[in-house]
Amino acid sequence: MTEIGLRHLLSTEGLRREQAEALLDTAASMEQALTGRAVRKLPTLRGRTVVTLFYENSTRTRVSFEVAGKWMSADTINVSASGSSVGKGESLRDTASTLAAAGADAIVVRHPASGAPHRIASWLDRVGHSHTDGHVAVVNAGDGTHEHPTQALLDAATLRRRLGPDLAGRRVAIVGDVLHSRVARSNAHLLATLGAEVTLVAPPTLLPAGVEAWPVTVTHDLDGHLATGPDAVMMLRVQAERMHGGFFPSAREYAVRFGLSARRADTLPDHAVVLHPGPAVRGMEIASAVADSDRAAISEQVTAGVHVRMAVLYHLLAGEDVA
Amino acid sequence: MTTIRIANVRPYGEDPTDLYVRDGVLVDALDDPDETLDADGLVALPGLVDLHTHLREPGGEEAETIATGSAAAALGGYTAVFAMPNTNPTQDSPVVVEHVWRRGREVGLVDVHPVGAVTVGLGGEKLAEMGMMAASAAGVRMFSDDGRCVNDPLIMRRALEYARSLDAVVAQHAEDHRLTVGAQAHEGPVAARLGLTGWPATAEESIVARDAMLAAAAGARLHVCHLSTAGSVEVLRWAREHLLPGTAAAVSAEVTPHHLLLTDTAAEDYDPVHKVNPPLRPEADTLALRRALADGVIDCVATDHAPHAVEAKDCEWSQARPGMLGLQTALSVVASTMVTTGLLDWRGVARVCSEVPAAIAGLSDQGRPLTVGEPANLVLVDPEARWTVRGADLASIADNTPYEGMELPVSVVHTMLRGRWTVQDGKVAG
Repeated sequence: MTEIGLRHLLSTEGLRREQAEALLDTAASMEQALTGRAVRKLPTLRGRTVVTLFYENSTRTRVSFEVAGKWMSADTINVSASGSSVGKGESLRDTASTLAAAGADAIVVRHPASGAPHRIASWLDRVGHSHTDGHVAVVNAGDGTHEHPTQALLDAATLRRRLGPDLAGRRVAIVGDVLHSRVARSNAHLLATLGAEVTLVAPPTLLPAGVEAWPVTVTHDLDGHLATGPDAVMMLRVQAERMHGGFFPSAREYAVRFGLSARRADTLPDHAVVLHPGPAVRGMEIASAVADSDRAAISEQVTAGVHVRMAVLYHLLAGEDVA
Repeated sequence: MTTIRIANVRPYGEDPTDLYVRDGVLVDALDDPDETLDADGLVALPGLVDLHTHLREPGGEEAETIATGSAAAALGGYTAVFAMPNTNPTQDSPVVVEHVWRRGREVGLVDVHPVGAVTVGLGGEKLAEMGMMAASAAGVRMFSDDGRCVNDPLIMRRALEYARSLDAVVAQHAEDHRLTVGAQAHEGPVAARLGLTGWPATAEESIVARDAMLAAAAGARLHVCHLSTAGSVEVLRWAREHLLPGTAAAVSAEVTPHHLLLTDTAAEDYDPVHKVNPPLRPEADTLALRRALADGVIDCVATDHAPHAVEAKDCEWSQARPGMLGLQTALSVVASTMVTTGLLDWRGVARVCSEVPAAIAGLSDQGRPLTVGEPANLVLVDPEARWTVRGADLASIADNTPYEGMELPVSVVHTMLRGRWTVQDGKVAG
């Protein structure tokens, strides 16, 4: 395990291929290191403090980071913040400064505003903090509709387990609400960096204007794309709480046109993997029979999430001095 | 009153000459002036006129006051500014516009003309007392709900019709709010990548087209605030060629310095100092706006000077208030984008920064030629100077300049309002 020159993890856009592969390789090493152990505890981050700062509800991401920290013997502290608006409670800047001054080595932040982790990173970098090396690492655990880089890394780790370590040339479809999806953005960039061919499948109303500039191809025809035999299909959550503008006529029509039914899943090649970041709306985005089938890797994704987050915290906090 | 000789100054950047001032008026040569200013190398322009300023008083004094905003205006070379009505209380009644107008006179650094609201509380539903504001001491001749669009076409139609009887102009913030719900940045590849909800060009262009038609039908005067897209330029050009001839209507438009210089990629670091409404657009738009300003399709430059307290900017992008300082950097940005590029000479700058805006607003004593008998409202600039922008050094209380650390050409050295120096050697005259 080597130093990969990562100070924060704010996005997968801009992550170099060797950095991404190092993170994924480290995640695989973490998995091996823990396999068969009665006590799942590595000493790697003993004495380091990881704070999760969540401005949005999340079970799986927060628990995943917390477990990742604990398995490496870091002290993990969870901060829930509600209501981030100016004038309603403490400002984001003050909160971040407080956590840094209190001795956080890493702040894992989820926030409804795109770019909030960037802001925290630039404030903390400007001031300089932390009793150890003057640097507080910021990890983006999902910011608005921007990115969710550890989700993309765990998806890639899952794909590597299923399809083999080299994803170059593998064809991955990302289906659903791309417009509001930070998972889609992170995956599109990371998979392209790893050499995979990404196709976005969505109605035009759920694609951002300007998507042409992404390293992907776009189609509105799910059946047509599935007929080309992709290696993986990633179903996105339809974020009901953001559906205020009539983006599609009805849940029924969405399921008919963009849901992964058992019939559609049956048209996939035998080796093809089905991913879902969860929580899944069964029956609409994905049929229960598909979500529970062997080709679905949904619980593997959760497991990979812990290993990937261990790898991220490891590279940000330990680096080569502990390896 | 003091008599002044301004020696060896270059009016409009042309041949050096002497200008003489007595009793607030440019006069023929005086034998024994009380004061002589060596203006060797300086360019004289008529005092600048800004149709679009936010002075924040009353209600927003933590960001700007009429006193500090007036100082910023004078230091920027302005002799008249139009103060937008989104104050608290709103400038939607005679008593509030008179307050702003009187306060401007007390400060005395620049003529402060309050803009009246089109609708009560900028609510977009009920016409404000435009006639009473026009008849007040403030003599309001420009009305706007700036910050908000008069989105309802029926209200906009009636506002245009009603304003016609007051010889007033309605200045529209062109933004169809139904198309910009939650919008944070220009809709395009940059916003898509950054996960910021897009503000589509069509939200502006469709309102410009609609309002040009309403103005033509009403025979009224429409002014489009902060025009920001190449498409809006084409709509305007079309309206002038095909819609307005044969009507009593007039449609004018302004562009801000920041839309001439900055582009949507500025959002990439998520620093909301670059958040503004309408948003910064792609480079192709900035270039089209520059050409349109040179061609006269866009009539003038207006700053949309929008001070914000640090709390409103030092936060998440989506939480931040839109707007940026502009008064003290406007002339330099215009020089940088229009003069050094050869698109405008100094006569052209005088036209778009002074003469035309004064005419749009119906000011008889501003934007006048630098000739004998005219009011002595003028600015002397150093065309060779370069300076580095520091928000903390600007006269505004707020420091939200998007040009922090940027080196810009041209500095304002002296500003004169009706024969009295408001700025001397780059400092507010005391």
